[in-house]
Amino acid sequence: MSPAATSANVDTLEAQAQRLMDLFTRAGYERIAPAVIQPAGLFLDVVGEALRARTYVFTDPDGAELCLRPDLTVPTCRLHLERHARGDTPARYCYSGSAFRYQPASADRAHPREFRQAGIESFATQDREQDDAAVCALVVAALRDAGLGRFGLRIGDLGLFNELINALDMPERWRRRLKHQFWRPDAFRAELNRLTSGTAGTAPNLPRALIERLDPADPAAAEALVMEHLEQAGLELVGTRTLAEIAERLLGEAADMRATPLPRDTAALIENYVAVKSPAREAAARIASIMRACNVDITAGLDAFQRRLDLIAKAGVDLAGAEFSAEFGRNLEYYTGFVFEVIAPALGPKSPVAGGGRYDDLLADAGAPVEVPAVGASIHTERLLAVLQGAAP
Amino acid sequence: MTAGTNTITSNGKLIWALPSKGRLMEQCSAALAQAGLVVVRSGPARGYKGAIEGLPGVEINFVSSGEIAQFLKGGAAHLGVTGEDLIRESMEDADARVRFVRPLGFGHADVVVAVPDCWLDVRRMADLEEMSLSYRRVHGRRVRVATKYMNLTRHFFSLKGVTGYRIVESLGATEGTPAAGLAELIVDITTTGATLKANGLRILDDGLILRSEANLVASKAAPWTPELVVLERQIVARFTG
Repeated sequence: MSPAATSANVDTLEAQAQRLMDLFTRAGYERIAPAVIQPAGLFLDVVGEALRARTYVFTDPDGAELCLRPDLTVPTCRLHLERHARGDTPARYCYSGSAFRYQPASADRAHPREFRQAGIESFATQDREQDDAAVCALVVAALRDAGLGRFGLRIGDLGLFNELINALDMPERWRRRLKHQFWRPDAFRAELNRLTSGTAGTAPNLPRALIERLDPADPAAAEALVMEHLEQAGLELVGTRTLAEIAERLLGEAADMRATPLPRDTAALIENYVAVKSPAREAAARIASIMRACNVDITAGLDAFQRRLDLIAKAGVDLAGAEFSAEFGRNLEYYTGFVFEVIAPALGPKSPVAGGGRYDDLLADAGAPVEVPAVGASIHTERLLAVLQGAAP
Repeated sequence: MTAGTNTITSNGKLIWALPSKGRLMEQCSAALAQAGLVVVRSGPARGYKGAIEGLPGVEINFVSSGEIAQFLKGGAAHLGVTGEDLIRESMEDADARVRFVRPLGFGHADVVVAVPDCWLDVRRMADLEEMSLSYRRVHGRRVRVATKYMNLTRHFFSLKGVTGYRIVESLGATEGTPAAGLAELIVDITTTGATLKANGLRILDDGLILRSEANLVASKAAPWTPELVVLERQIVARFTG
């Protein structure tokens, strides 16, 4: 049962939300009320079909696929794009409203299927670190203002991982795979294993003889060979994928087959980085020393990380107890850079009272013609109230 | 749908839901007859109720095959005859809600993942995941899977680590959707594979989701009394001969 179930709590929750909104609007965030019912398509595109397992997706009488918003970030992006089609007009929004997630019958009260989020989103600001820090500091200030005394801060930076992969010597398609699989730790480890063991390019059951004849340096010839193979096998091109797309993937296999395996040192470096957990203030130095030992340069990313951390501290957040984890953010697929969570000791790390981060791809996914920097965060207001009332867990 | 969630205050009888029409009904009647169970339709105009000769404690409900799963899920029927595919599609935790009593030897159908045969670069589910990456880069959208088995598809793809797709619901002629440009691949049932082949499709090497057939299925939610448990045993004994 959510804490709002009694009328006294409804009033308390309302008052708490009002106070949070006042603080956000005073900080320059415009209060908005995005629609509760959203087209499911955008969520499915961004999150994937896994969304259906945790969201109320339904079909309206007109046949349109809709959902009850599982968060307010995507609805805020849509609202912003309705106002500014290009999306790159700077804007700051705040909201307080219900979000909905399917929970199995066994879920505890820290995971209700309907809960209220109070949050902020900032779009199209060019100084990313400054904006990351501002959003994080404002949320922490809001929690303090609400009365939260003791809490922990977890931070991560998905941008560092991307920069590391880009800095390492390997074919672009391997980089794409590793970045893609980063979200799934088991698959990620399997992929690293495949690249180091020289078994890349040995995917079972593919037409080996054909692949061996393909020259990665000559895509046009490869297409002709693939066409010839299809004709001989009596196969017609069916569907929306073109011959060029099929040939390109087979060429990737051909290139993998001839490629030197990924050096074990490189794989070890990646794994060592992913395993980094440290006090936030020591993280940059620790990562730098791992990189230095392998002669890999991700100074730009580490400088940005350190600058952001300094800005957060300057904005009044005590970082003494803040923890950095390189892996943090792995389960939050639309984040692209800075991520953070605020943990109340009474609820533990599985039920953060607030969290957010940078998601620079989301507005483009939602239809903006250009990449639009975006960062935001939200407070789980019922959890916050439960902690403040000493009712947790 | 609502029928499935009603709590039936049955007259103390064992409610048995059987398919009301189509090939599944014919095959079901034949299988029951072979087991020596003679079903008699009763009520006005041979309606949707029936009985079994010699087993007065059993009441037959004729229900469309898709809804039998709902009856069993909600406990509105004690027993049902339907395809395992339909049961597993309509409840994620099927084994917690129903008991598969025995396969009945008809209604065979494999639920499979099939792609255009011209996709020389995609033989296995793992290839599909990689291909979905480049597909999204080229086409600006996720690769689409047409199916009426949305839950089975989601589960199987997740089990195989395939994430880069979108489901397009398709309630008929699913095998034609790739050629029509409405989807890139399909999840559908097949018996001989001939229809897939005729549409230029091929089953992935590890693309068998479920080998389904009609089953006698018992509901765990239905009100089972000791008398009804005995009755169920008598029915099952007829099938085992």
